[in-house]
Amino acid sequence: MAGKLQFSLVSPEKELFSGEVDGVDVPGEEGDFGVLPGHAPVMTTIRAGAIIIADGGEKRRLFIRGGFADVTPAGLTILAEEAVDIADLDAGKVTEDLRNAEENLRDASTNEKREAASARLEYVRGLSEAMNG
Amino acid sequence: MASLKEFRDRIDSVKSIQKITKAMQMVAAAKLRRAQEAVEAARPYAARMGAVVGNLSSAMDGRPGAPELLVGTGKSDTHLLVVASADRGLCGGFNSAIARKAREEITSLVGEGKTVKILCVGVKAADQLKRLYASQMVDVISLREHKKIDSTIAADIAAKILAMFSAGEFDICTLVFSRFNSVISQTPTAQVLIPAKDSLGDVAGAPDLGGASYDYEPDEEDILKILLPRNLTTQIFQALLENVAGEMGAKMSAMDNSTRNAGEMIDKLSLQYNRKRQSMITTELIEIIAGAEAV
Repeated sequence: MAGKLQFSLVSPEKELFSGEVDGVDVPGEEGDFGVLPGHAPVMTTIRAGAIIIADGGEKRRLFIRGGFADVTPAGLTILAEEAVDIADLDAGKVTEDLRNAEENLRDASTNEKREAASARLEYVRGLSEAMNG
Repeated sequence: MASLKEFRDRIDSVKSIQKITKAMQMVAAAKLRRAQEAVEAARPYAARMGAVVGNLSSAMDGRPGAPELLVGTGKSDTHLLVVASADRGLCGGFNSAIARKAREEITSLVGEGKTVKILCVGVKAADQLKRLYASQMVDVISLREHKKIDSTIAADIAAKILAMFSAGEFDICTLVFSRFNSVISQTPTAQVLIPAKDSLGDVAGAPDLGGASYDYEPDEEDILKILLPRNLTTQIFQALLENVAGEMGAKMSAMDNSTRNAGEMIDKLSLQYNRKRQSMITTELIEIIAGAEAV
């Protein structure tokens, strides 16, 4: 279908992206899905992962954690709890963060700390997967 | 009559006060700009979140099994008032206005025979409310150790409120904060947080789907279970940001006034000082002339 998809990506702190694109791949809770112009209305939760914004043959990847995707006839809106542009990430730092997070999880003494550490690990792991994938 | 030295000392001390208020005004102006940017940057998220919740709640309308966060417990006996204020003074009537709004709310609720509990975010309103309602105060959360308001603070507060709600400690939650209109105008506002359907106001309403029906993945109830707490966080976050911007705006105009007052005071004191000095010189001259004539 011709035309463009109105897409906006917002996190609580700021609006990260707003504009017209060819399509977006979204990591839905129950599986990844692509959104093209004229997609049927869908409302879904998102797992941590990379969204891929395709526009004019160029692909831009952003890592997002937790949130919602809302597809309406007007376009796609992603409400992300946290979003990072993968191009801004530093491979060395992510690897280091991953190691730190693993260590923290091993060292966690209380249940509460363990939960926090494992959530952090999951996040960093997602980040590194999104980067390498 | 004060001596000349006393006048000089007073002028000096007013001058140093003026320097301080001037500096505070400039700091507030710089912080205000940042706070304003933060409020504006956060608005799209809050607006879209509101729209999404609006969509879902109109889809859930009238269906059984809707979550209590959305439709309420069916009672309205116990109210939780979340009062968000600044953590520092010297910002004119900003904190007092919030505390007054909270007091009005409390008085009208108590008048209706409801039980009121208070959760304070920011110590300044808490200081004022403590005098009257110390026994109803559940907790006071200080923001002082946080340099910058970010969504994790709001998430912590939301988690606290949710824990209380699921423990059945209140039925309706209202947030009192100051809405930022402009640098010189902030409106203390009471906003219902729980049940969520009462907080939607005019943003609610399903969008035109062009005949297509909405798909939900997972189903509406599961989404709402995640969405509503998130929505709570967002609203609190937004309120905190509006508060910071309002506080800085109020501080800026308060300090601007003080600087101007100090300037007026310096002018008045200088005038008195000069008059006094002149009259002393005149007296001395008269004495000298009178002395010379006598010789």
